[in-house]
Amino acid sequence: MSAFQDTMVITQRQLRLLTRVPEVLLFSTIQPIMFVLLFRYVFGGSIDTGQPGGYVQLLMPGIFVQTVAFTLAGTASGLAEDMKKGLIDRFRSLPISQSALVVGRTLGDSLLNIVVLFAMGITGWLVGWRPSGGAFNVFLGFAFLLGFGYALSWIGAFVGLSAKDFRVVQNVSFLVTFPLTFLSNAFAPTTGMPRPLQYFAEWNPVSTMVAACRELFGLENQFGATAGSFPSENPLITSLIYMVLIMAVFVPLSVRKYRRAAG
Amino acid sequence: MKSVIADDLVKTYDKGNVKALDHLSLDVEEGTVLSVLGPNGAGKTTTVRILSTLLRPDSGRATVAGIDVIKDPDKVREVIGLSGQYAAVDEILTGYDNLVMFGRLYHLGKKQAVVRAYELLERFSLTEAAKRPIKTYSGGMRRRLDLAASLIVKPKVLFLDEPTTGLDPRGRQEMWGVIQELVKGGVTLLLTTQYLEEADQLADEIAVIDNGKVIARGTSDVLKKQVGGERLEVVVESQHVAKTLEIVEKISGHSASLDEGLRLIASPVSTGSAALFEVLKALDVAGIHALDVGLKRPSLDDVFLALTGHVAEEKKAEEEKTSKRVKEKK
Repeated sequence: MSAFQDTMVITQRQLRLLTRVPEVLLFSTIQPIMFVLLFRYVFGGSIDTGQPGGYVQLLMPGIFVQTVAFTLAGTASGLAEDMKKGLIDRFRSLPISQSALVVGRTLGDSLLNIVVLFAMGITGWLVGWRPSGGAFNVFLGFAFLLGFGYALSWIGAFVGLSAKDFRVVQNVSFLVTFPLTFLSNAFAPTTGMPRPLQYFAEWNPVSTMVAACRELFGLENQFGATAGSFPSENPLITSLIYMVLIMAVFVPLSVRKYRRAAG
Repeated sequence: MKSVIADDLVKTYDKGNVKALDHLSLDVEEGTVLSVLGPNGAGKTTTVRILSTLLRPDSGRATVAGIDVIKDPDKVREVIGLSGQYAAVDEILTGYDNLVMFGRLYHLGKKQAVVRAYELLERFSLTEAAKRPIKTYSGGMRRRLDLAASLIVKPKVLFLDEPTTGLDPRGRQEMWGVIQELVKGGVTLLLTTQYLEEADQLADEIAVIDNGKVIARGTSDVLKKQVGGERLEVVVESQHVAKTLEIVEKISGHSASLDEGLRLIASPVSTGSAALFEVLKALDVAGIHALDVGLKRPSLDDVFLALTGHVAEEKKAEEEKTSKRVKEKK
C-alpha cells in the first residue's frame, strides 16, 4: 500500500515538473508532430505504397512507434540527472519502497506519452490518416504503443542509473534507438534492403510493433524475404513477447542498480 | 547511550585497490555532536554513506539508534536525516513543492505534509522564497532547504556531510547559526567537515580521520593539548627586539623565534598566564612598552599538522592535481 503511495508521489512530482516547465511538454509534442508533417509531405510524394490512402497510412504507425521508442532516452536522462544532482541519494535515504522512484519515473514518462500520442493522432488525422480497423482495434493499437514505450522506459532506467556521466546517457540512448527505428519497416518497406538486413528488420521489435499497429489500424503488411516468418505472421504476439522479455530483464536489473547506485 | 556506533568498518573501491575506510571505528553519544574532520579523500563521505544505508561496507558493523545498518536498513532510514555535500533537492520544483513531496515520502498525510512544509520554511527563513523554483536560490538557501528536508520527521540521528563546503563566508555563517540552533534542540549529530574552524565551532567532540582511519579523537581542547601547550607572543618596537627576545627566552626557558618583519617574538611556555605576567613585569622594569602581547593556543590547523604530518589544505591541492592528471589521461 505505501509502496503504491510512494510511487504516486514520484509520478506526481514528474507531472508537476511539466507544469513548472511547460516547454518540456510543448517540445516533446512539437517534435513528433514535426516528424509527421515532414515525412508526410517530403517522402509521401515519392513513395508509392500501393495501398489506398497513400503513404500517411503506413507512416503513422511507424512514427508512433518511433516516438514511444524515444521514451528510453527520456527516462534515461531524467534518472541520470537525478543521480548527478544527488537526488537519488536523498531518495535512497528515505524510508520508502526501494522501487518507488524508478517505477514512478517510468509511469510518469508513460503519462507524457499519452499526451504526445494524442497530439500526433490529431495531426495525422488532419493530414489524411484514416485508420480503418475499427474503434476497438485502434484503441488496442494505442494501448500497445503505450506498453511498448513503458517497456523501453525500463531499458532507459537501466542506462540512466548505470551511466557515470550525464552526457554519455544521451549518446547511449540514441545509439540504441536510432538503428532500431531505422533498421525497420517504420518508414520504408524492408523489401528493398539487403537480405541480412531484412531478417534483422523483421525480427526487430520496432518492426513487429509497427506491423502490429498497421494490422490493428486496418492495413496490410508487406514482407520481402522474410514473408511467412513468425514475427511477420504474428506481429501482435511477437511484440507482446518482446515487451514481457524486456521488462523481465530490465525491471529487476534497474531496481538492483538503483539500490546500489553510487551517486 | 551511544546513538551511532561504527565498528571496524572497511570499504575498498576499484577491486580493493583504493582503500576508502581502513578499519574505521567511531561512536556518537546520544544528544551530542561529533565532527568528523579530515581532508578530501580521507573517508568522511564514505563513512556517512555507510551509516546512512547508502553503501554497504566490505566488513565491519554499524548501528544507528540501536538498529543494525546492514541488516535492517529500512528501519534505519525511518530514524535518520541526511543532508549531503550537494543540495539534493529538485531544482525545478519550488522549495514548498520539495518539502511537501519529501513529507509525503516520509508518509505524512497530505495536510500534515503541507503544515510541516510551512513550519520548516518559516524556521529556516525561506518563507519568502517558498514558491520560487530552487534554481533561483542562493547556495546558502539551497543548503538550508536541503537541511529542512532532512528534518521533516524529527530524526533521531542527523548526518550532515560537509554542510558548508562551497558556501561563501556569509552562507557559512548562516548555516552555522542554523546548525547551532538544532544542536540546542538536542539532536544527535554527526557532521563531517574539512574546515577545522567549523569542527571547533559546532562539535562537542572531534574525530580526526586520515586515509580511512581515525587518527585522534577528543574535544577540541584535548586535541589542542595533544599538540603541545600554549605559545607566548610579544610585539615590540624594533629598537627593543633584542632585549625582549632575551627576556622572553629567560622566562620561558625555551628558545624564542623572531619574525623581524612583524617584530614578533614567540616562544612556547608551559606555565601559561603566569609566564605572561612575568614577561610583562620584566618588560616594564626594562622600560619596554609592548605593542601587542598574548597567549596563543594551537589552532586545529596545528593539530592537524602535528597529527598527520601534513596540512589539510596541502593535501587537498595535491589531490586536485592528481585527479586532474587522471582526467587528462582519459
